[in-house]
Amino acid sequence: MLKMKNLQAELKESIIEQLNLEDMKPGDIENDEPLFGDGLGLDSIDALELIVLLEKDYGIKLTDPAQSREIFGSINSMAEFIEANRTQ
Amino acid sequence: MKPKVYINGISSISAQTTEKEENPISYHKNIFPALSPNYKEFIKPMALRRMSKAIKMGISSSKVALNETNTEIPDAIITGTGEGCKQDTERFLENLIDQQEELLSPTSFIQSTHNTIGGQIALNLGCKNYNVTYSQNSASLESALLDAELQLLETSVKKSVLVGGVDELSENITQFRALDGQLKSVDIHNLDLWKEDSPGTITSEGAHFFILSTEKNNNSYAEFKGISIKNSIQPEKINAEVEIFLNKNNINAAAIDAVLLGSNGDNRYDHYYKNLQQSLFKDIPQLGYKHLVGDYDTVSGFALYSACKILKSGRIPSVLKLNTSTPKELKSILIYNQYLGRDHSLILLSAV
Repeated sequence: MLKMKNLQAELKESIIEQLNLEDMKPGDIENDEPLFGDGLGLDSIDALELIVLLEKDYGIKLTDPAQSREIFGSINSMAEFIEANRTQ
Repeated sequence: MKPKVYINGISSISAQTTEKEENPISYHKNIFPALSPNYKEFIKPMALRRMSKAIKMGISSSKVALNETNTEIPDAIITGTGEGCKQDTERFLENLIDQQEELLSPTSFIQSTHNTIGGQIALNLGCKNYNVTYSQNSASLESALLDAELQLLETSVKKSVLVGGVDELSENITQFRALDGQLKSVDIHNLDLWKEDSPGTITSEGAHFFILSTEKNNNSYAEFKGISIKNSIQPEKINAEVEIFLNKNNINAAAIDAVLLGSNGDNRYDHYYKNLQQSLFKDIPQLGYKHLVGDYDTVSGFALYSACKILKSGRIPSVLKLNTSTPKELKSILIYNQYLGRDHSLILLSAV
């Protein structure tokens, strides 16, 4: 449980830094908030950045682009996918 | 009959403020940045976060020019940039080295191309019309202006063309100019640029956008009479070349009321300007501007912006004057620029 909470916090910090979400703090992002569309409002370029982030930080290579829609749904879904598939 | 082309909207982002033109900012550096407006007034925060300064300056400047003419969607967007989005190019290359060519951030790669600025302006406006970027060293803005003129002259469908020039500083690529001896070897005060008798110049960054149209309105600044670009001219032939250009535009040198020169304090190349100052234009007001905003590939945008303001106001700011001549009237202004003895450009404007 604590491990998952730490991973969620770590993800929020990485996303803010990697996507240049200026004026935003980790506490501003809810775990179940949609990252794309009406939620955080990320776009397709951000999706590419997140794919690179997964591989760079957790050793996960996404081979099926269709997967990304589900994985990048929220911080919760990203953290669950990383926990189940990480190699580093 | 060739339709007339008017400049109806102008904007400038440079190292000087537009409000304090008689009290210019003094820098004691050979590389100094442009003053940033509040970009959030022009660009949504989610879009702003990944933009480099060139893109931010380009969008903000183009929106000011569009607002001046109440134009929401221009019929064409034509951008000139000498060196494009250098900051993202550097970020991408550094990333390439740090990451050993693997797992590279896509953002800096996508935004490193020269046409990113014009593309982002179009995306911001939702404009799907003609969109072209010219990158021709220090004749980049002039190439864009030439295309803008052709767009307006060749078709009556296009009513307003957004045209401008943008260049930004970057940490390393800008330093290449210093390594190449294009900048002064020691820091000088920018306002003393012409007192220095030494090679090299000073540099900066900026964005200048204009709305060109075949329709005159109450806000029109000037008539855009003509433009010429020549890659090389022999110094001793510059007077003759200018006369040829003026003849093509049905005007003679005696009818020019002021000449705005791109003198940049580089004693290896300023003789092009001096040849004109001592001959063809020796009795008329000679103006300079690079002591204010430095020299970079699209800096002639500041000259065009200044000339538009002079023609509309009928007043020459004293900070631009290189001699003591006063004009009888202010109807025609010629702008001449070159860099390192190359990319010579002439722009002729007249009052409306």
